[in-house]
Amino acid sequence: MGTLTTKFSTIQDPEEKHRFLLNMGPQHPCTHGVLRIVLEMDGEHAMGIDPILGYGHRMHEKMAECRPWSGFYPNTGRIDYGGAIAYNHGYCALIEKMAGIEVPERAEYIRVITVELNRIASHFLGVGAYIIDLGAFTPILYMFDDREDILDALEDITGSRLTYCHHRVGGVSKDIDDLFIKRTRAIIKNIRSRFDMYDRLVTGNIIFQKRTKDVGIIPLEMARRYGATGPVLRGSGLGFDIRKNEPYSVYPEFDFDIPTGENGDAFDRYMVRMLELEQSLRIIEQALDKLPDGPVMAKVKRIKLQPGDCSFSVEAARGVLTYYLVGDGSNVPYKLKIRVPSYSNLSLLEELCKGELLADLVSTMGSLDLIIPEIDR
Amino acid sequence: MDFIVDIITKYSLVRMVISFSLIIAIVMLNAIVMGYLERKICAKIQRRWGPMEVGVQGWMQMFLDGVKLLAKQLIVPNETNSFLFRIAPLLCFTPVAMAFAVIPFSESLYAIDLNIGLIYLLAMGSLNVFAILIAGWSSNNKYSLFGALRSVAQNVAYEIPILLSLLSIVLVTTSFNFKEIVEYQSGLLSFWMCQPVAFIIFLIAGCAETNRVPFDLPEAESELTAGYFTEYGGFSFGLFAISEYGNLFIMSSIATIMFLGGWNGPFGLDFYSGPILGAFWFLLKVFILMLIMIWVRWTYPRVRFDQLMNLSWKYLIPFSLVNLLITAVIVKII
Repeated sequence: MGTLTTKFSTIQDPEEKHRFLLNMGPQHPCTHGVLRIVLEMDGEHAMGIDPILGYGHRMHEKMAECRPWSGFYPNTGRIDYGGAIAYNHGYCALIEKMAGIEVPERAEYIRVITVELNRIASHFLGVGAYIIDLGAFTPILYMFDDREDILDALEDITGSRLTYCHHRVGGVSKDIDDLFIKRTRAIIKNIRSRFDMYDRLVTGNIIFQKRTKDVGIIPLEMARRYGATGPVLRGSGLGFDIRKNEPYSVYPEFDFDIPTGENGDAFDRYMVRMLELEQSLRIIEQALDKLPDGPVMAKVKRIKLQPGDCSFSVEAARGVLTYYLVGDGSNVPYKLKIRVPSYSNLSLLEELCKGELLADLVSTMGSLDLIIPEIDR
Repeated sequence: MDFIVDIITKYSLVRMVISFSLIIAIVMLNAIVMGYLERKICAKIQRRWGPMEVGVQGWMQMFLDGVKLLAKQLIVPNETNSFLFRIAPLLCFTPVAMAFAVIPFSESLYAIDLNIGLIYLLAMGSLNVFAILIAGWSSNNKYSLFGALRSVAQNVAYEIPILLSLLSIVLVTTSFNFKEIVEYQSGLLSFWMCQPVAFIIFLIAGCAETNRVPFDLPEAESELTAGYFTEYGGFSFGLFAISEYGNLFIMSSIATIMFLGGWNGPFGLDFYSGPILGAFWFLLKVFILMLIMIWVRWTYPRVRFDQLMNLSWKYLIPFSLVNLLITAVIVKII
């Protein structure tokens, strides 16, 4: 065995001589990407957990300081590959806020529709992968079937399936047509028809409930301490959602609920994601009904970033995403800070899983729905 | 023709060689058929096509996979016990092949007729755990070791309900001989009807004994990558896969013999039996049981280790003990 340079690399205590190190990742089926976790194991119990990041680091924040703000825009679609359009949205809204640009209403509606479609696709990815972690392989293939329809529809208007560059400062790059609207309504119907099956196949399954209930319980106080957001926070019982609490875009015009859990265990986080699917479907339906006519792009002159700072938060699929930008008068940002939800959610893991079984560690980590490239920006 | 039959009946060595070749062929063929069925059925469950490229509906895929595995190099990792590492797949495969010797496919279609057939079969079935332990330990991989340790604990825990549930049948038939047990069920009566608790306990415990989902903890791929055979490639991996399907067949055939009436036709209809038709009924019942196991595998998640242990020690063993007690009392009264 090679030497592992982590904080557990020296187990000195003679009473803990029987403990050993287990290296999980960066290529392990349950770490979904390139997260490496070094565990100090006592039998099957993980007594120490040390997540090690940096295997997928691409220096997005440094890249933002080296090019005009418009040149950084395609990067935003590559930070979180699960729900990329929300990242587009946040960045465009940030620049619009700095430059004081009014976005046409139709463009805002299209933004909401695409973001919510992408949120559904992202939740399908997260929940499906979680169920694979628990050992059931079948549900993800049904979820990916629905996700495939969404990606096909998004491909028609954005041109890409995973790393989108659809939103523009001042609007969106391409208008939606009747075909897209018809298709989206069919997708909504199709997804709703499968909810019953998911209930019987996954949610009601006794083994699934035994594996997730009372596993990885996050008290609300602990979630606040670590700055957890998104379904992880809402699973702990606090209905905090940027779309409701600090409304942006045209979200105030829609009627939707914020589902919350009670116990803050893995099952609640799973349920919050499943209930959010229905809420996203409701938002899309209302947006399609109310969709106004008009242009999708405002007239935008050459933008120089004013000296000073500005921040903008949106609700991405995994929680609160905040862009914080400092300008110095040129068109190159002086500093761009991206606050991603998965980083805070991952930091919960160590306190959460200390002394738990390896199988519970896998279950808890899956329920946090981590996207590693988002953490390793 | 008489000449050949004469030789086979007269010289036991000839009979042995023929049986042995046939058994190896059956074990291999079983793995191929089951592998193909598993891939096709799980594909249907998951809205996919499964293998489609080689032959009609991809029926030759498993043969080609076998050839591919044979052609691969056997890689022995550094710092392992090379001898144990190489011998473990054989240790896994041999008991499976040996166990097939006593399985009666029909009245006259079997290799050996042992009067302790049931004990022999269960003994061979439980040798499997040594191979898994050796494979996991000699791989010098912590994930493999985890898989091996889990497997030992699991097999110890689930052997007991299997034995207890089968014992309640033996109390009724007063015989360990498969032929006599099957003949006992030749009428309308099969044991799944009068021993339903034992049947259900046996099915659950058999699922755990063969390391199938939801009890596939020794090879839990999302926790332990591949468990005890993480380091194995090529045909040594293939041998593990073949013996897994072999074990599945053995468990299903025990269930068929003990509970479903073996080679007897359904509903005690006499004119449906005979050497050939008997084998047909036997295989039909075995395959139905195996397909149920495949169906379960692609539907359920995996249980956690302590839940697995709880299920055995807190529910299956007490229930099978009570069942045994009741059976003993009833047999004594009657």
